Amino acid sequence: MDSHEKHKILMMKYLEGEITKNEKYEFEEHIKTCKECQEEIEKFRNLKEVMKGMRYKKPSDDIWKTYWTRVYNRIERGLGWIFTSISAIILISYGGFKVVESLIKDPGVALIAKIGILAGIAGLAILFVSVLRERIFISKTDKYSKEVEK
Amino acid sequence: MLLRCVFNIESKMDNESDREAIIEIRSGDKEAYKIIVNRYMKKAFYTALGFAGNFDDAADLSQEAFVRAYRAISKFDIKKPFFPWFYRILRNVCLNYKRKKRRLQEVPIETVQCNESQSLEKESLSREVWNAISQLGVNEKEIILLKYFQRLSCKEIAKALDCPIGTVMSRLYYARKQLKEKLKRII
Repeated sequence: MDSHEKHKILMMKYLEGEITKNEKYEFEEHIKTCKECQEEIEKFRNLKEVMKGMRYKKPSDDIWKTYWTRVYNRIERGLGWIFTSISAIILISYGGFKVVESLIKDPGVALIAKIGILAGIAGLAILFVSVLRERIFISKTDKYSKEVEK
Repeated sequence: MLLRCVFNIESKMDNESDREAIIEIRSGDKEAYKIIVNRYMKKAFYTALGFAGNFDDAADLSQEAFVRAYRAISKFDIKKPFFPWFYRILRNVCLNYKRKKRRLQEVPIETVQCNESQSLEKESLSREVWNAISQLGVNEKEIILLKYFQRLSCKEIAKALDCPIGTVMSRLYYARKQLKEKLKRII
């Protein structure tokens, strides 16, 4: 650690009152001769004074009264959403399959329309696989999307 | 000194109580999570407020972090304190939110206030300082918010961010230096 790096850390410890006796002595000796640090610590002190007088506004107390209930509901709903989504995927896929099957088997539907339907299904399948693959790739490489495991 | 001693004892008791609650949660008792949520909801809310800038999103983000923590509770190392682990989940939720918004939304001044005893001149100064804080990068802003708005010690910040105390001091220095530059007309 170079001297500048060391003194800036000592300056922070000094300002926050989290400094040992020896470090305090060392830093006080240093600022006696370092004009730059003297000026800097003065400005940091002023800044700290202003920030000490600032605080977040308080929200209404209702937020705390309903907080736990909202968390609890979200936890419960998570499982509900999973089952609902699975059910929707199965029913929509099955319904879609049946509709397409009946159209393909129907001799009254023109061949060109059948080709169009099959091309549309192929297109949707390609788009679905592509989006899915992209999502999987992003979730593997995105450092913010993962839970911390520690 | 005495205050710090009391704080340390309280903190140890909280950790012990967290551990007991987490064991119960893992055995399937959802209600035991209430103890944890009630203990940390304010800290979580105000942390999220620093990122989100409004009460509604702060409540939403902090609640979402509690839900994710609940789902990941089996991965939590029970020998360690709960909040630093939870803080990292909350931070990720908040950073994702910011990223999705695709811009660093400035925290509106309405989310902070000055002490009632402060003069108008000081209040105006506080506004300027708050605007400057809002313009800092995520890491610098985070350290300032934890230190001065969450009132955490450097040791507590180091635990929450899972980094050495020297790194906290260094980040604090550069955050202050940037603020000093932004506010050189008035500080």
